[in-house]
Amino acid sequence: MASVLSEVTGEVVPLAVKIVVAGGFSVGKTTFVKSISEIAPVTTEAPMTMASVGVDDRALTPGKTTTTVAMDFGRIALAEDLLLYLFGTPGQDRFWFMWDDLVRGAIGAVVLLDTRRIEDCFPAIDWFESRGVPFVVAINRFDGKLPHDTNEVREALGIPEHVPIIETDAREKEEVKMALVSLVGHCLAVA
Amino acid sequence: MSEEYADEAPLVRPYALTGGRTRAIGSDFPIEAVIETTLAGRAGKGELAHESKAIVELCVSPTTLIEISSKLTVPIGVVRVLIGDLAEGGQVRVHHGEQGSSRPDVSLLERVLDGIRAL
Repeated sequence: MASVLSEVTGEVVPLAVKIVVAGGFSVGKTTFVKSISEIAPVTTEAPMTMASVGVDDRALTPGKTTTTVAMDFGRIALAEDLLLYLFGTPGQDRFWFMWDDLVRGAIGAVVLLDTRRIEDCFPAIDWFESRGVPFVVAINRFDGKLPHDTNEVREALGIPEHVPIIETDAREKEEVKMALVSLVGHCLAVA
Repeated sequence: MSEEYADEAPLVRPYALTGGRTRAIGSDFPIEAVIETTLAGRAGKGELAHESKAIVELCVSPTTLIEISSKLTVPIGVVRVLIGDLAEGGQVRVHHGEQGSSRPDVSLLERVLDGIRAL
């Protein structure tokens, strides 16, 4: 692929591609992006106010004091002329309108799953399946524990055999990297 | 409206910058599209309105739509319309590969896979 050069500076104009990171509220999407991004993820996280108590279910995540109220993203230079963006989907249902814009032209999606709240990722999986967006399911190991095996998770999610279900730790760069390798490999397999 | 809320409201409604338009001709590009200022754009930036001028200045070094929005703190939809106008005027060029709105092809996926493995 011939590189395009900037008319003004002669710099290489990179091509940018993107992967979407989805999943339920406070499942670790921002952490996942942060673990591998070269830039501090650009996030508009605002402390949740009393107004969001009851709207956002915090009962199972009492330690969480902020939530993502707009999209956040990270960036990785894969080559001089190739940038990879990671976009965390907004965690709450009221931001669904942003998903079309996020996902259009995307390589695919990593759906992060917390086995304590499997049902939280149903909407994301439904959305990707209905639009033919390739995805993998990555079970985020909280505190190193994995209360379900992947077969149980597959059964609970009702997703076909060819969709990879992997384990990950959103805090570890190598694990995040392997989750992305799994996704792009899956995309190649179904391309 | 109380004084307190009045202080928090934006001074200008976002789409006032675009004359109320939420779409511009040729502005249907993805959020990761890379925007590059042209020589004509750099030469003529003095005549542009504040936000458009900021875009032209920023994109002398090629920048994605999402990062323009983030750096200038202007909503994505508004930036898209402004870039559409600038592109039509020849002040910027918009790059988003060959894939358009479909998924990246096999050769691009292979490059991405190699790139991630090498991180």
